[in-house]
Amino acid sequence: MMQALLDDPAFSIMATGFLVGAAAALLGPFLILRRAAMLSDAISHSIVFGIVAVWMLTGAISGPVQILGAALAGVLTVVLVELVAATGRVKNDAAIGLVFPALFAAGVLLLNLYASDVHIDTHTVLLGEIGFVWLDTVEVAGLTAPRALVWMAAVAAVNAVFVVALWKELKVATFDPVLAHAMGLAPRALFYVLLFLTSGTAVAAFDAVGAILFIAFVVMPPAAAYLLTDRLERMVPIGITIAGVASVAGYWLAMRWDVSISGMMAVMTGICLGLAVLAGPRHGVVAGLMRRARAARQNATRALVVHLATHEDSAERREENVAAALRLHLDWSEARARAVLGEGVAAGLVRREGEALSLTDEGRRAAEALLEPWRRGGG
Amino acid sequence: MSALALLSDHTLMTVAMGAAVLGVVSGVLGSFAVLRQQSLMGDTLSHAALPGICLGFLWAGSRDMGAILGGALAAGALAALSVMLLTRLTRLKTDAALGAVLSLFFAAGIVLLTLIQRRAGAGQAGLEAFLFGQAAAMLRGDVQVMAGLAAAALGLVWLFWKEFKLVTFDPVFARTLGLPVVALEAALTVMVAVAVVIGLQMVGVVLMAAMIVAPAVAARQWVARLGPMVVLAAVIGMASGVAGAVISALGRGLATGPLVVLAASLAVLVSILLAPGRGVVWEWMTRRAERRALRGRRVLAAMQALAAEHGDPDYPAEQGMLDAYFGSGTAPALSRLAARGAVRRAAHMPGEGAHWVITAEGRAEAEALMAGPGAGEDRGAGEDRVAGRGTGGVGGQEMPGDAGAAKDARPGADEGGSDARGAAR
Repeated sequence: MMQALLDDPAFSIMATGFLVGAAAALLGPFLILRRAAMLSDAISHSIVFGIVAVWMLTGAISGPVQILGAALAGVLTVVLVELVAATGRVKNDAAIGLVFPALFAAGVLLLNLYASDVHIDTHTVLLGEIGFVWLDTVEVAGLTAPRALVWMAAVAAVNAVFVVALWKELKVATFDPVLAHAMGLAPRALFYVLLFLTSGTAVAAFDAVGAILFIAFVVMPPAAAYLLTDRLERMVPIGITIAGVASVAGYWLAMRWDVSISGMMAVMTGICLGLAVLAGPRHGVVAGLMRRARAARQNATRALVVHLATHEDSAERREENVAAALRLHLDWSEARARAVLGEGVAAGLVRREGEALSLTDEGRRAAEALLEPWRRGGG
Repeated sequence: MSALALLSDHTLMTVAMGAAVLGVVSGVLGSFAVLRQQSLMGDTLSHAALPGICLGFLWAGSRDMGAILGGALAAGALAALSVMLLTRLTRLKTDAALGAVLSLFFAAGIVLLTLIQRRAGAGQAGLEAFLFGQAAAMLRGDVQVMAGLAAAALGLVWLFWKEFKLVTFDPVFARTLGLPVVALEAALTVMVAVAVVIGLQMVGVVLMAAMIVAPAVAARQWVARLGPMVVLAAVIGMASGVAGAVISALGRGLATGPLVVLAASLAVLVSILLAPGRGVVWEWMTRRAERRALRGRRVLAAMQALAAEHGDPDYPAEQGMLDAYFGSGTAPALSRLAARGAVRRAAHMPGEGAHWVITAEGRAEAEALMAGPGAGEDRGAGEDRVAGRGTGGVGGQEMPGDAGAAKDARPGADEGGSDARGAAR
């Protein structure tokens, strides 16, 4: 049964894509919350250098040696960025923009020069070859499984253990590094471990999705989750879910249109982020617009109530407190006046008798609360 | 190949011209981007050009430069707009917005690229060159398009120099003057996209980010004013472009982009280390000189105090005692003092260590040191002077893209300043 699944190319591809996304989504939230998302960009570019260097030194193009060795290149990037920034001559963002292109350029150049006959070429660097993961298999526990899938699963498991075991520490270090430091939690060391795991994940994902598309898997599912929830506990599972949706939908669309599978999966994570931006329950654009519209309506109703209350017992009452006056005196359009009036009546604040408008008891109380707030509570 | 053969090589001349154009434009526009702390925007815009290239290709149906560059420019502008909207409309921060837009646009570009590959077959070969740059494939016509774009961008910078400068250094002040700050900032960002477009063939979308950042950062190390910085960045960009392009043309199978970027990175490294007045090596040497001078002054003052204590101006101080007093070897400091005649060796008993006597010049120097520049003033004024040293040391105006630590690296400026202040009192 399990073997039949693993022999199915479609399953292997989707599972690999999902594991890339899941492993990244375990770490991504902490990077995003620490405003270090662009470090994942730097890391995923410079692991190319690490992968080539490890290949030239040891001949390893997969497996633990490659993952650990090349992941060091990712950490090296961050160390170099901090070193350059620490000279005080270059800002942090410019330092990132200086270091990783240099390492990436060196990696590509070495590939050009020495590695023309191994399977890592500049094409793979950009695209990955997730469509072919099922061709390269290894024996694990009596099952024949794609090599990339096995290593992605291992990395995802390491990430999961790290995040679950150090959840509290990560949380404190992310939201309040000073407190974490005071508690003796070594937030900097923790951050470096996080970055090391990010680079390791990038290396393991390199064969599948290439260096640059990996950024999509680190940044977009957690960013989408960040717009959907306010709780870190939920950000991680939501990110993993988005990764799953994106890998399945991306595979399906890529098959349909005959385009790059990894590219399509990355585009789907982007679509998920786009949906979260538009439709997020609290932080989405639509929710924001609706909130604004509701606030505008409430304001209009308040203005109506106050207007009526101001003129309630005065001589101009006959002139002011009629529906027509809303247009002239409050400068409301016919439609707006009607809508606001309808809302006021529906809310039980305003009574309408022919043209004349008057406040209900509740409406009077509402107007008093607005006009003389100090009386509120005092009786 | 001899130099003459290099000069007469048509392809190489084309490449060198293209590289020069790219270097100038990316240096000039990158200066503004770096100073406005938008270095990573260049990264995002360069990756984001890929789908534009593909769409331009699909639209024109062939490798038409006009359509491709137009598409790339449109995609860059759209990416910049997306970053702005994401940070304004949602609670995502700039880093997440940049990363998301970068990877989404690049993924879309990859998808389109594979679509073109399946459809057009061999015709796509020209498009892959845009990933890492392939200067050898560049035609004279391409260079002309690049030069036209570059002239437009540089003309815009020349026309609105004052406005761009003000928006870069002090956007709030610019707003109070009634300048259209948002429009000017948008113009600067879109012009980064123009630089990206110009560099596509030479460096490729992936590495173009470095061409925005590196020449500007390198130039900033040598000069402290915007005008010279822009000119120097253009020169550095041009030199790295030409160097990379020429090396790639000489060797076989070397992509141009990585070579150009490595040349520019080398320029940055050299600048950060060696730039006079600001470089790391320069600062290290200044610090060392200051440390030595201070050490010499302390030794001299100690010897003067010893002489006064013993009531003997020619009191021979034993070197071992001075070592013990300072907790480390004073031999280098003493020999430096001896070299300028502030101390001299004294005769001593055999079996004892070296003895030193302070000379008349040394005594005068030590007395001046003890009195201090604020001689005859009360203690409060002296403390004030010390407090003033931290802020008085900045030689020129501070660039907005700078980190603060460079402030104390101006050698001599602080001392001279405080001396002048002391004298003025």
